[in-house]
Amino acid sequence: MRLRQKKIITAYTFLAIPLLFFIVVRFYPMVYSFWLSFTDWDLISPKKNFIGLLNYINIFKDEVFVKAIINTLKYVAFGVPAVIIVSLYLALVLNRIKKFQGFYRLLYVMPYITPLVAVSWVWKWMYQQPPIGFINNLLTILGLDSQPFLMSTSQALPSIVVTTVWVNLGYCVIIFLAGLQTIPQEYIEAAKIDGANRRQILWRITIPLLNPIIVFLAVTQSITFLRIFTQVYNMTDQGSGGPLNSTKPLVLYIYQKAFMSFDMGTAATATVILFGIIMIITLVQMIILNKNIEY
Amino acid sequence: MKRFFVMLVLLAVILTSFAFAAKTKITYWQYFYETKKNTIDQLIKEFERQYPDIEVEHVTFPYANYNQKVASSIPAGVGPDVINLYYGWIPKYVTSGYLIPLPEDVFSKEYLQSQFFSFVSKGVEFNGKYYALPIAVRSLALFWNKKLFEKAGLDPEKPPTTLQELVEYAKKLTVYDKKGNIVQEGLTMQPSGQGHHWIREVLVREFGGVPYTSDARTVLYDKTGAGSDVLKFYTDLITVDRVGYPGFMNDDVTAFKAQKAAMTIDGSFRIGTLNKIKGLDWGVAELPSYLGVKSNFASFWANGITTNATKDPKKLEAAIKFIKFLSSPESMKLWLKNVGELPANPELAKQYFDDPVYGAFLRGLEYAHATFFVDESAQRQVMMDAVDKVVLKGIAPEIAWKEAAEEEQKVLDNFWSSVH
Repeated sequence: MRLRQKKIITAYTFLAIPLLFFIVVRFYPMVYSFWLSFTDWDLISPKKNFIGLLNYINIFKDEVFVKAIINTLKYVAFGVPAVIIVSLYLALVLNRIKKFQGFYRLLYVMPYITPLVAVSWVWKWMYQQPPIGFINNLLTILGLDSQPFLMSTSQALPSIVVTTVWVNLGYCVIIFLAGLQTIPQEYIEAAKIDGANRRQILWRITIPLLNPIIVFLAVTQSITFLRIFTQVYNMTDQGSGGPLNSTKPLVLYIYQKAFMSFDMGTAATATVILFGIIMIITLVQMIILNKNIEY
Repeated sequence: MKRFFVMLVLLAVILTSFAFAAKTKITYWQYFYETKKNTIDQLIKEFERQYPDIEVEHVTFPYANYNQKVASSIPAGVGPDVINLYYGWIPKYVTSGYLIPLPEDVFSKEYLQSQFFSFVSKGVEFNGKYYALPIAVRSLALFWNKKLFEKAGLDPEKPPTTLQELVEYAKKLTVYDKKGNIVQEGLTMQPSGQGHHWIREVLVREFGGVPYTSDARTVLYDKTGAGSDVLKFYTDLITVDRVGYPGFMNDDVTAFKAQKAAMTIDGSFRIGTLNKIKGLDWGVAELPSYLGVKSNFASFWANGITTNATKDPKKLEAAIKFIKFLSSPESMKLWLKNVGELPANPELAKQYFDDPVYGAFLRGLEYAHATFFVDESAQRQVMMDAVDKVVLKGIAPEIAWKEAAEEEQKVLDNFWSSVH
């Protein structure tokens, strides 16, 4: 056998192992849960009766499911722009600092590497009513009214979004910083010589050149927010996604249906629908945002 | 020839003795709780001493998600012969074909009704058959903080005995800061804790109603007794009397442990936790009555036999013996001593009526009810939502109560339609 053929066979052999792993651990369960969405399995009995599209029809009649979809889209709509805009701003500011840049970067990354459950519980305590809640105490000192935060059906979801944005900032700041440092200084200097002011440099050079990173972060952060679970489970009363389902995202709905109500059919159906939503949002973002910019 | 014969007989004896010495092995699953695990180990030793041909393997799982772990191991085909489960899961486990009915010759109606409180036989019964037996049961009582009573000028040895007194005392015991925020609750208000049980089985009945029909198929709390007055009583404590609110100090247990709540309604399972808090001087009394009516909510974990055990008649026999042993008065005595859970046997329970800690709970067992839950988390959510609707959204209690009944009826209907 020629050396080239040997190399090709070796390559495919090595690729086969992770491929096998991927098929068994990722692909097969995914297909299995697609199939489960067409059954009425209750997790305990061995009977899985095929019921066609009945789950899909019934699930949209469930008010809680519809609320969960709306909540999930709210998480993305509030969270992704917030995290990208704030982290871009922080990265631009950090990029101008010479001293202590490493220290500030560490400070911003720390929330991201702290265990999410610990973060959730500390924020839950901070959101408490006065005089226990730190945030409300601050508001009171500033002369403002105390807010119910997690105890209000209108404020609970934004409160959780704030916590999540705070966590994800570090990751996005680091990625943006890396991106900013790849912008060739010659472009900026040439623009300055041509008389461009700071705002023009930012909007005409820096941000367009950062476009691939913006797309990357928009897509990955959207997926993260669409799959939000840990914070909601820990920051709401008994992980119920309350009050009155105002914070319940799809993943929590799935968890409750599967492991509290033992309704695996409905849970699998919701999983398939969530998969569809993530797929659509990802594709839309990649098509709209992806512009090839070269100077 | 003679030697050959002798060898043959010897061989036969050895082989048959193997058959006799082969022990029947059964597996027992329960959730991990240190005192429970150690007590079961002790009981198993005693059981194996009484029945030398049976060996019991004891496996425990972390409490959180015990139900999920058990449920997911069943389709995987790994499972115990005897299982410890929350009585509220019995309907689900039975309709999934996982539990077998307890053999009627050993566990007859008379046996159950004489050896256990009446709510036990109701709680383990499904479609006319009994499915599990408890060692111990839990009930609710009123816990109060004696130091905080003194501070408020109340007699620390005299807790409230009626609902009217409860409200009065709670108002005196609530402390506010300058801005009017609660810094100390007079009474914890946590529907997601034991609050929903207090509403459903205690207040509904004390207000003259009944929560469900006796076959557990129809919701009656909106159609009987004082209807939505029950919800109004509960939510008024939050919105009008302002003695506490859901989520204060995160939850009722934390608030009481931190001595930021003067009274709380909680279960006997809280005793161990409270005993560990230094400086917490607490008392416990029977739940306050209303218009002379007393009621209580009891719950329990029980031991049932799975279909696994039926694969071998010897295993089944061993499982039956084990369950009977676990629910014997001797086991219950040891359980009370080590675990602090109340005996499920009424005669045994009477012996401890004057105990300063257990007395209130045990006396409560005499008039307690165990709700037939088809989906406890969903039914709990219904009550949590009803309270939230009134407190957070200002919806009238009549409407919230009716919606709760409709919501819960859907949960029940869903379950019962899937049974047939």
